[in-house]
Amino acid sequence: MSGRLIKFISTLTVWLFAAIWALPLLYGIWTAFHPSAFATNFDPLAPLTLKNFARAWTAAPFARYFLNTVLLVLGIMAAQFLICTLAAFGLARWKFFGAELLFALILVQLMVTPDVLILENYRTLQKLDLIDTLTGVGLPYVASAFGIFLLRQTFKSIPKELDDAARVEGANTLQTIWRVYLPLARPVYVAYGLVSVSYHWNNFLWPLIVTNSVETRPLTVGLQVFASVDQGIDWSVICAAALMTSAPLMIAFLLFQRAFIQSFLRAGIR
Amino acid sequence: MSGRLILAPMERKQAHLNIHVQGWLLALPAVVLLATFTHVPAVATIIDSFFSTPHGRRAAVFVGLDQYHAMLADPIFWLALKNNLLYALTTVPLAIGLALAMALWVNGRIAGRAALRLAFFTPTILPMVAAANIWLFFYTPDYGLLNQIGHLFGFASINWLGSSATALPALMAVTIWKESGFFMVFFLAALQQVPPVLYEAVRMENASRWLAFRRITWPLIMPTTLFVAVNALINAFRVVDQVIAMTGGGPDNATTLLLFYIYQVAFSFWDTAYAAALSTVLLSVLALIALAQFFVLDRKIHYR
Repeated sequence: MSGRLIKFISTLTVWLFAAIWALPLLYGIWTAFHPSAFATNFDPLAPLTLKNFARAWTAAPFARYFLNTVLLVLGIMAAQFLICTLAAFGLARWKFFGAELLFALILVQLMVTPDVLILENYRTLQKLDLIDTLTGVGLPYVASAFGIFLLRQTFKSIPKELDDAARVEGANTLQTIWRVYLPLARPVYVAYGLVSVSYHWNNFLWPLIVTNSVETRPLTVGLQVFASVDQGIDWSVICAAALMTSAPLMIAFLLFQRAFIQSFLRAGIR
Repeated sequence: MSGRLILAPMERKQAHLNIHVQGWLLALPAVVLLATFTHVPAVATIIDSFFSTPHGRRAAVFVGLDQYHAMLADPIFWLALKNNLLYALTTVPLAIGLALAMALWVNGRIAGRAALRLAFFTPTILPMVAAANIWLFFYTPDYGLLNQIGHLFGFASINWLGSSATALPALMAVTIWKESGFFMVFFLAALQQVPPVLYEAVRMENASRWLAFRRITWPLIMPTTLFVAVNALINAFRVVDQVIAMTGGGPDNATTLLLFYIYQVAFSFWDTAYAAALSTVLLSVLALIALAQFFVLDRKIHYR
C-alpha cells in the first residue's frame, strides 16, 4: 500500500516539475494568442486572436528576416556538407603526410569556436569586404570541426572493400565519394543537417555583430532589434514575434521528434 | 584488394605520392577556412593583446603587459570573471543534476512519458533570444507571471532583473531551464545502455533503489556525466545571448559575463587591444578545460 502511495507521490512530483518547465513557454503562447488586455489576466473564456501575430508581422520586416535565415541556414549546411565531406574522406581513408597533426589542429575549433574570436573575425571580414553580408555571417562556420569529426568517424566504419570495388570499375576519388560514401552515410548527413540548421537558426552573437541592415539580418537579430526598440512595450506582440521566430523549428521538432533527438545525440560532441 | 595487387612497383609508389597530394587537396578548402577563422585569429588575438589600441593616425605600439596590468586594475573585469565562475559553478551542477533526474523519471514506467519528455526537451529547440524575450515578460515586475504567483502567496513584488542581487540568478534559471532537457537526452541514452541483468541481480539481493543507483547506474553513466559536464562548462563561459537580450549586463554590471564584456569592450567602446587581452583570458580558460579533459578525463573514460 505504502509502495503505491510513494509511486503516486513521485509521479505527481514529476508532473509538477514538468508543468513548471513548460510554464514559460505556455505563458508566452497564452499571451501571444490573446488580446493584450488578457496578457496578465488568466480568464479561460478570454477570446482567442491572431492579431498579435499580424501586428508583429507588419511592424517589422519579418518576411525578409525569414528569407535571410532560410538562405543562411541552407547555405551554411550545403557548404558544410561539401567542405567537411572532402576533408573527412581524406582523413578517414588515407594516411597522408601530416594527417594526424592536421586532424588535431582541426579539433581545436571544437573549443575555440568562432564566437570567441569575434573581434579578429570581424576584422578579417572587413578586409574581405564581407561585413553586412550573409556570406560573412556563414563563412566562419563553414569548415566545421564537428562536421569533419562526425563524417570521418562515419567514413571509417564503411568497409574499404567497397571503394576498392568502385576503383576497379574505374571510378575516381570524387566519384567514389559520391556513389559509395554519400549513400551509405545518409543518416549521418540527416543528423548533421538537423543539428546545423537548428544551431544556425538560433545563432545570435555573430550575426548581431556582422549585420546591420534589414537585407541581411537573420530572425534572431531581427527579433532582438524589434523587441528592444522602445515602442511602448506590448508583450503580446513581442511574445507573438518570439513564437513566430521559433515556429518552423518547433513544428519540425514536433513532427520529427525522434529524428531530432537522435541527431542531437549523435551530435553530442560539438 | 585485387585492384591494388596488380600495380607494378613504380605505379604503386606513384599511387602513394598521389595519396599525400590528394589528401591535402581534399582538405585544402577546410584548412584555408579553419586557418582564416580559427587559428590565425586566435594567434592574432594573443599578439594584439601586447599592443595598444590604434587611435586614428596613431598606430598600435608594443606595450608589453600593459593591457594585462590594466585588466588587473579593472574592477569590471574582476566582476565579470567572478560572475562567470559563479555562473559556471551554479548552472553546471544544477543542470546536470536536473538532467539526470529527468532522465531517470522519463526512463522508468510513468504515466504520460512522451508528454514529460516533450516538456523537458522543448526549451532546447527555441532560439535563446526568443526564449529570453518570453522570460523577460515572465520576470516583469508587478504583473509578470512570477510576481503574480508570488502575490498569491503574499510576497511583495520583486524586480528580478532590476536588482543586483537577483539578476544573475534569474539569468542562471533561464540557462538551466534551457540546457537540462538537452543533457537529459544524453543521460537517457546512457541509461538505456545499462544491462537490465545488473538491476535484476541487485533486486535479488533486495537492495534499495538508492543502492542500485549508487552501485550500478552512477558508475556506468560516469563517462556521460563527465562528457556532459565538460560541454556544460564550455557553454557556461560562452554565455552571451541572454545577457544581451535580457539585461545588457546590468544592473551595475551584475550580469556582465566574460564574453559579454569582450563584446562590449570591442564593439561599444572600440578598445580593441583591451578586448584582445580579455579574449586571451577567455581562450586560456577554454584551453584549460580542454587540457583537463585531454589529460585527466580521456585517460579514465572512452566515450569517443
